[in-house]
Amino acid sequence: MSDNITLSQSELIALVNQLVDQKVNARLADVEASLQAIQGTVGTLSENCPEDRATLVVFSGEMDTLFAAFTIAVGAASMGMEVSMFFTFWGLTALRKDKTFSGKTVGEKMVAMMLPNGPHAVPTSRMNMAGMGPLFFKYLMTQRNIESLPNMIALAQELGIKMVACEMSMGVMGVTRAELLDDIDYGGVATYLGDAAKSKITLFV
Amino acid sequence: MSNVDLDCKGLNCPMPIVKISRAMKELQPGVTLTVMASDPSFKADVEAWVRKMNQKLTSFSDVDGIQTAVIEKVS
Repeated sequence: MSDNITLSQSELIALVNQLVDQKVNARLADVEASLQAIQGTVGTLSENCPEDRATLVVFSGEMDTLFAAFTIAVGAASMGMEVSMFFTFWGLTALRKDKTFSGKTVGEKMVAMMLPNGPHAVPTSRMNMAGMGPLFFKYLMTQRNIESLPNMIALAQELGIKMVACEMSMGVMGVTRAELLDDIDYGGVATYLGDAAKSKITLFV
Repeated sequence: MSNVDLDCKGLNCPMPIVKISRAMKELQPGVTLTVMASDPSFKADVEAWVRKMNQKLTSFSDVDGIQTAVIEKVS
């Protein structure tokens, strides 16, 4: 019995506490490690999980196609979704508030001359009849108390729909930021894909 | 139970759901919104809206094209 050690009560308590701490810490380290692994996985999953979001590419620039795009966008926003619209090529007309010629190259001036002045002056995709079609459709829409395209665009802005103009097509069409609506965003294909990858709905109009 | 009325008669798609969405945001849970509309797609649209937004359509009637939907704000 020579290796018997006599401990006072306080020493015994201290020793037990120390042993318990060691054990608990060892166990906790395991738990913390697996918790971190789980948090990492959840983070990756939620990053890749679709949000309640709709994304539209607006490529066309006619009254009817733009009207369809804005109706869907406004509807989605009213159904609680986050909505992003990306305007490229002919679709840029929807964002045009103004047309300028100064400071542009000859090619850009020619494109500017041929493009509509803005959403109030767009042709229809069918039955345009040298500009008679849009007038006729505007008349029919007023008769039936349907919102005009400019009103739908204003409504989309009011509802906080994110509108992004494609810089690359602005370059091709010679469109400057000064000619487009205020309070819009600018971006490229990655901007669209970033939002589209998180969307439940994505459309090309 | 308190109720708020919303007149959407004469409005076309998508305006009724735009107005419903706006009006519902202002309501407290338990309050109902009575919507009157003449849009032919109103029934399908209001049903889809209620499902998507997790609200409750407590009644729907159609008298000669004038439709009345009562939506209860759940949350």
